[in-house]
Amino acid sequence: MAKSFDVRRQPGFSTIAMLCFVMLYLPIILLVAYSFNAGESISHWEGLSLRWYASAWQNDQIQAATIRSITIATTAALLATSAAVLAALATTRTRPWRGQTVAFAMINQPLMVPEIVTAVSLLIFFAMLKVATGYTGLWYLIVAHTAFCIPFAYMPIRARLQGMDLSLEQAGADLYGTPVKVFRYITLPQLWPGILAGGMLSFVISLDDVVITEFVKSAGQDTLPTYMLGQLRRNITPEINAISTALLALSILLVTAMFFFSRTRK
Amino acid sequence: MIEIDNVSKLFGAGDSAFRALDRVSVNIRENEFFTLLGPSGCGKTTLLRMIAGFEGPTSGQILLDGQDLSDKPPYRRPVNTVFQSYALFPHMSVAENVGFGLNMLGRSKSEVAATVTEMLKLVRMTDLADRKTSEISGGQQQRVALARALAPRPKVLLLDEPLSALDFKLRKEMQLELKRLQSDTGITFVFVTHDQEEALTMSDRIAVMSAGRIRQIGGPREIYDQPADRFVADFIGDTNFLPAEMIARTGDSAQLRLAQGVEVTARAGQIDKTSGTVTLAIRPEHARLVAPDAGQLTGVLDEIVYFGTDTHYHILLDGFGTRFVLRLQNTPDEMRMMQQGDRVGVALAASAGQVLKD
Repeated sequence: MAKSFDVRRQPGFSTIAMLCFVMLYLPIILLVAYSFNAGESISHWEGLSLRWYASAWQNDQIQAATIRSITIATTAALLATSAAVLAALATTRTRPWRGQTVAFAMINQPLMVPEIVTAVSLLIFFAMLKVATGYTGLWYLIVAHTAFCIPFAYMPIRARLQGMDLSLEQAGADLYGTPVKVFRYITLPQLWPGILAGGMLSFVISLDDVVITEFVKSAGQDTLPTYMLGQLRRNITPEINAISTALLALSILLVTAMFFFSRTRK
Repeated sequence: MIEIDNVSKLFGAGDSAFRALDRVSVNIRENEFFTLLGPSGCGKTTLLRMIAGFEGPTSGQILLDGQDLSDKPPYRRPVNTVFQSYALFPHMSVAENVGFGLNMLGRSKSEVAATVTEMLKLVRMTDLADRKTSEISGGQQQRVALARALAPRPKVLLLDEPLSALDFKLRKEMQLELKRLQSDTGITFVFVTHDQEEALTMSDRIAVMSAGRIRQIGGPREIYDQPADRFVADFIGDTNFLPAEMIARTGDSAQLRLAQGVEVTARAGQIDKTSGTVTLAIRPEHARLVAPDAGQLTGVLDEIVYFGTDTHYHILLDGFGTRFVLRLQNTPDEMRMMQQGDRVGVALAASAGQVLKD
């Protein structure tokens, strides 16, 4: 019998794979390690300490930026997920309609248009609105984040809807369930894992955004990433490492939660 | 009860449209076990889905107790469906599944609970009421699907090939069970299947369908013994078709001349010809194997196929160039000494055949 082709046995495979992993994880490991540095340097080790975590925790600017980031991310994730549920229903649970492909492409526009273009266009558009209305609050950022989060929320929800057995909803209708009741009692309970995945993804994407936020924010509206970017221009201390490590821990926590949630649901 | 009046259904539009149903008319009676039988793609499931309300007719109308159903969505029709895939709600327990319809109708908690208990008893699933639907076997899921559809006491129960996923033994069991449920509840059953045997054993009446049309409606005996045309004769059971010449006809009795001048009598059936070329249909069990000089037809034994309960003899008929299949019941003390290549005679039972239009 001929041996089947196995890419793992090809010469050089392990080397390349190892190299990729090193490139991916070594910088992160270093970043995490130096967040515990006792000294002022981000490249010279002077001993173990939690002083930078304490310093970040007590930093008013970081506190404000964190609260702002979480406010924006939570609101944007909720809005984007709600919009994504409606969009996913309209693109999977209706008879094929004219312009469906165009609608699909338009929903996913933020994935295709370069972020910098969106950022510049929003800057100009919001600048006009700010002059016209006088409002300079946080909603510009929330609206912008909601818009680019929608495709990330839409994808898992749509996938879940497409994977669902249509005859379940028909059975619901057959058993005297009005469309609203069928959605409430049949579709929604089964859609939850998709909605949760979409929501968490949106939250993380919003939390992480730099480019659009940097362009859209008014004075004094730094989020955590834009604050960090600002700090880099000055004097870098392991405080940045500490914030990064905290963000990393948060995203690991979210991904793990999502993994276990989707597993118990199966 | 259900009147299906000149219903057509087209899928798609223009020249590429597919005519799934072509001017179908049928009346289904109160308290009847009615079967729509036909090969896949004949339109039987489309017709069922129209009664349920999942599809609308392109033309024609469907009436239930004299009321037009056309503008009523599925949730306003007193009709419930047992789906081919069962479509049980995976996030609910067995009891919650069965109670769903009644809850949607806004019945009181005590009434729902009482009916669920009664329905689970009816399908013998009381012990598994609290299980998840993924934790029970295929046969049990089938029972839950039945109980769920029966619980709201619909006027009509629609069943879309509900037994096709079950193995042979379980299928036989469920056939009897369905028949029992139908007579116990007195609800009209409309049953869709492609299995002719299933249709014959369970139905009060059968509509045989092909290519979007109804070919024949009748009781199982009528469909089997007096098929309306060649399609029905071929689809239901096995049939031998012989070319023949009609030489005389009196009422339902036709005098036919076969190849080599053999003359036989057969039922004229629905054919309106009194002369000319026709087709004679003979069931394999309506003929006997005899000595070459003792029957009307002669031939050479080409193949012997043993089936346990009976044996099929394939005979190459002299002068026809076609095979004739003959079925004989096996008996414990009998030793048929026939062999391949033997010359044999075929004796047709009196008036065994049926004249068909092609």
